[in-house]
Amino acid sequence: MNITIREHSEREHTIDLTVFGEVDVYTAPQLREKLLTLCQGGSNIHLDLAGVDYIDSTGLGVLIGAYKAQKSSGGKLIISGMNSRLTRLFRITGLQEIMEFGPDNQEDGKS
Amino acid sequence: MREQPLDLVNLTIPAKPDYVAIARLAVSGIANRMGFSYDDIEDLKLAVSEACTNSVEHAYSGENGEIGLSCNIFENRLEIEVVDQGHSFDASEVESRTGPIQFEVSMSLVRERGLGLYLMRSLMDHVDIDGDDGVIVRMTKYIRKNEVGSHVESPASYPTR
Repeated sequence: MNITIREHSEREHTIDLTVFGEVDVYTAPQLREKLLTLCQGGSNIHLDLAGVDYIDSTGLGVLIGAYKAQKSSGGKLIISGMNSRLTRLFRITGLQEIMEFGPDNQEDGKS
Repeated sequence: MREQPLDLVNLTIPAKPDYVAIARLAVSGIANRMGFSYDDIEDLKLAVSEACTNSVEHAYSGENGEIGLSCNIFENRLEIEVVDQGHSFDASEVESRTGPIQFEVSMSLVRERGLGLYLMRSLMDHVDIDGDDGVIVRMTKYIRKNEVGSHVESPASYPTR
């Protein structure tokens, strides 16, 4: 059980990060390290979670941390590609109201 | 007399981040066999992971320990116990600090942690936490047949066979 993180930056001032796998207490530190390093760069970060089929509170915590870091440095963190499960978790936790999302997130299938 | 489960599956894992996925996979397999819906299986996986993560991070704080997972299989529900022998915590005190994130508050106050217990409560039908010497998390999820537009936060109606 692991995650893969791919970074590419074809657009100016924007770093695209694509994550694949399950984000839990074991894999979250990798994502945290990557994101927090990028957050210091001052670019906007576009996080594609289409390859993530599972995330728990540890992973959500990493995203909250990155969002805060971006907010304080003037950058943006935009999340896209969420499946309906992830969308649902963002809704339950209230993160949907706070964070910024791209257009290509699946609807919460349960409500 | 307390109702006896049809079957009981016990699993002991080391209280390390590496093994939380194993607990999740075991519960996923059991729930699948019992006939839970896809969404309910995902809820169970997440709730079990949160309980195990809690033990890994708080109960042993760096020490070696074990987490016991008991899956009690009933006709209409799955009851899961997650047990550790680490340092217990005041569940009611933690509970008072958990809940959905309030977007009105300043972003600097938004928690990065503490969502786990809230998620467990949101995704399971019943969650009970106690223990003086270590922590026992007991959680129950009922099998919903012919689910029609149910909502996560609303209490479910249980099939009575």
